[in-house]
Amino acid sequence: MALSTTSKRRLERRGQFISGLAVLLVVVLVCTLIFMVCSRGIATFTRDGVPLGSFLTGRTWNPHQSNELGQPTVGALPMVLGSFGVTLLSCAFSLPFALGASIFVVEVAPTFGRKFFRPLVELLTGIPSVVFGVIGLTMVVPWTRSWAGGTGYGILSSSIVLALMIFPTMMSLTADALSAVPDSYRDGSYGLGCTRWQTVCHVVLPTALPGILTATIMGMARAFGEALAVQMVIGNAAQMPSSLLTPASTLTSIITTSMGNEAMGTVYNDVLWSLALILLIMSMAFILLVHLVGRKGSSND
Amino acid sequence: MSRNLSRRQFVSTAGALSALFALGACTTGGGRPGPSDPAAARLSGSVVAVGSTALQPLVEAAAEQFMADNPGVQITVQGGGSGQGITQIHEGSVQIGNSDVFAESKLDNKEDAKRLTDNKVAVVGMGPVVNSSVDVDDLTLDQLKGIFTGSITNWGQVGGADADIVVINRASGSGTRATFEGAVLKGAKVPDTFTPQEQDSSGTVAKMVTETPGAISYLAFSYFANDLKALKVDGVEPAPENVETNDWTIWAYEHMYTSSAPDEATQAFIDYMLSDAVQGSLVEQTGYIPVSGMRVAVDAEGNVTKA
Repeated sequence: MALSTTSKRRLERRGQFISGLAVLLVVVLVCTLIFMVCSRGIATFTRDGVPLGSFLTGRTWNPHQSNELGQPTVGALPMVLGSFGVTLLSCAFSLPFALGASIFVVEVAPTFGRKFFRPLVELLTGIPSVVFGVIGLTMVVPWTRSWAGGTGYGILSSSIVLALMIFPTMMSLTADALSAVPDSYRDGSYGLGCTRWQTVCHVVLPTALPGILTATIMGMARAFGEALAVQMVIGNAAQMPSSLLTPASTLTSIITTSMGNEAMGTVYNDVLWSLALILLIMSMAFILLVHLVGRKGSSND
Repeated sequence: MSRNLSRRQFVSTAGALSALFALGACTTGGGRPGPSDPAAARLSGSVVAVGSTALQPLVEAAAEQFMADNPGVQITVQGGGSGQGITQIHEGSVQIGNSDVFAESKLDNKEDAKRLTDNKVAVVGMGPVVNSSVDVDDLTLDQLKGIFTGSITNWGQVGGADADIVVINRASGSGTRATFEGAVLKGAKVPDTFTPQEQDSSGTVAKMVTETPGAISYLAFSYFANDLKALKVDGVEPAPENVETNDWTIWAYEHMYTSSAPDEATQAFIDYMLSDAVQGSLVEQTGYIPVSGMRVAVDAEGNVTKA
């Protein structure tokens, strides 16, 4: 169908308007969300008079009670440490498996990887986190208890559960990074008489390093923000994590356990929003890191 | 329960109807007057009840029956926790706020609670539960208090075998915990150094107590199951008939808060909740105790009077 130039231009403009509207909607949504978390999170310090320092470094969490200065005892350090603990440990558990599996599906058995293994792993992302939580509660916790003693709830158990949950993200992204290494690099390496192992070790992995770092950071971001499964196996005790085997808590686990129980506008509710603000700032930091790593990687080429 | 049929009520019904149009997207098809039944056709509107997850199953079941009788009324029941229920009814954004605790205990300004109407629709009994490996059947209130303030840490100290006590608490704002601590700790302060595990849902707590040797927690009677062991307290069995006489002291009302002048549909639903159609059957089926059977009454400050 032939269209006149003016109607073509009108069509063009309409398309631009619709897609622009979609972008605008998302931007507005994100901005209002950030504004909401910030404004509520800051109320702890502006309205309830909690000093920022005592919030970030305090070791006692009991917002229903006040300390000798009349301020609520809202030390967030146990949760911050708990969050970082499970994030780093679960990444440490997951990375070797993600790396090994992606080397296998990219370098060793590409057809098996593309047709069978990767779809299988991607299925894992679709499993609801409560399922992981129940698996953790009925299998990981008793297993940890059986050899380590104690209750079994704690950072170690939740890191194991989280490692399973972030594996698909980390493996998919790592495999993508490895596949993005041009075949000419491999051919050159083989041409010099290198074995497959030498090629992977000295050519493919170093070239894909920025991508692998991105995969790790994305995995960390997911682990940092995961709430439900962690909450079920970490034990939710707002105390300084003294070992990997004692009950601890994370920012998300405390927010999910308490948010529904506290009325809006109370000190307790405000402090929960402050915890959410820390989470928001952390995930911004992760995103920033991904962009920095990505830029560095592209400038290397 | 006094019903004040006034002009204000008429106005708020009109308000609810206009709110219905605003909520059109979420309550499609709701609010249309029943076409044939003249009695049902009189009632119309949309009621949103938000709050306590413990009370949710009962309200949902009752709402289903009520809507079958009154096709003109659309009742939406949501969870979110007692805090949410009180917040939203206090802000006027819903018609009913469900709560396990008195509104006075959730709002910083106690006067705000007086502007709400408290409808006590059921009573829930709660009791301590332990893992089946624990060989203790009966605890005194003092022993329970010792366990939940951290001064008793071994089952050997209360007549059982030598094993660590694993305390699993509910989240600090939960209605179940407030009820339990009110009846057991009676205002005693828990030291800052005692930080037991916390969980926010009864189902998870039941699962954790079942799985963890030496564990103790507390649950509503309806969550008692064969693989858990419910303890007697001071020799009294955790049973509904003991709650009615207040011999079993760990219990609480389930509240459905409305504004002081609820609209017609809301008031009709609350009346229905308190009628025999719900009190006699549904309440017991869902594991609660009917308010009508209670021989004592308790106010927000915890004063017990003979009913």
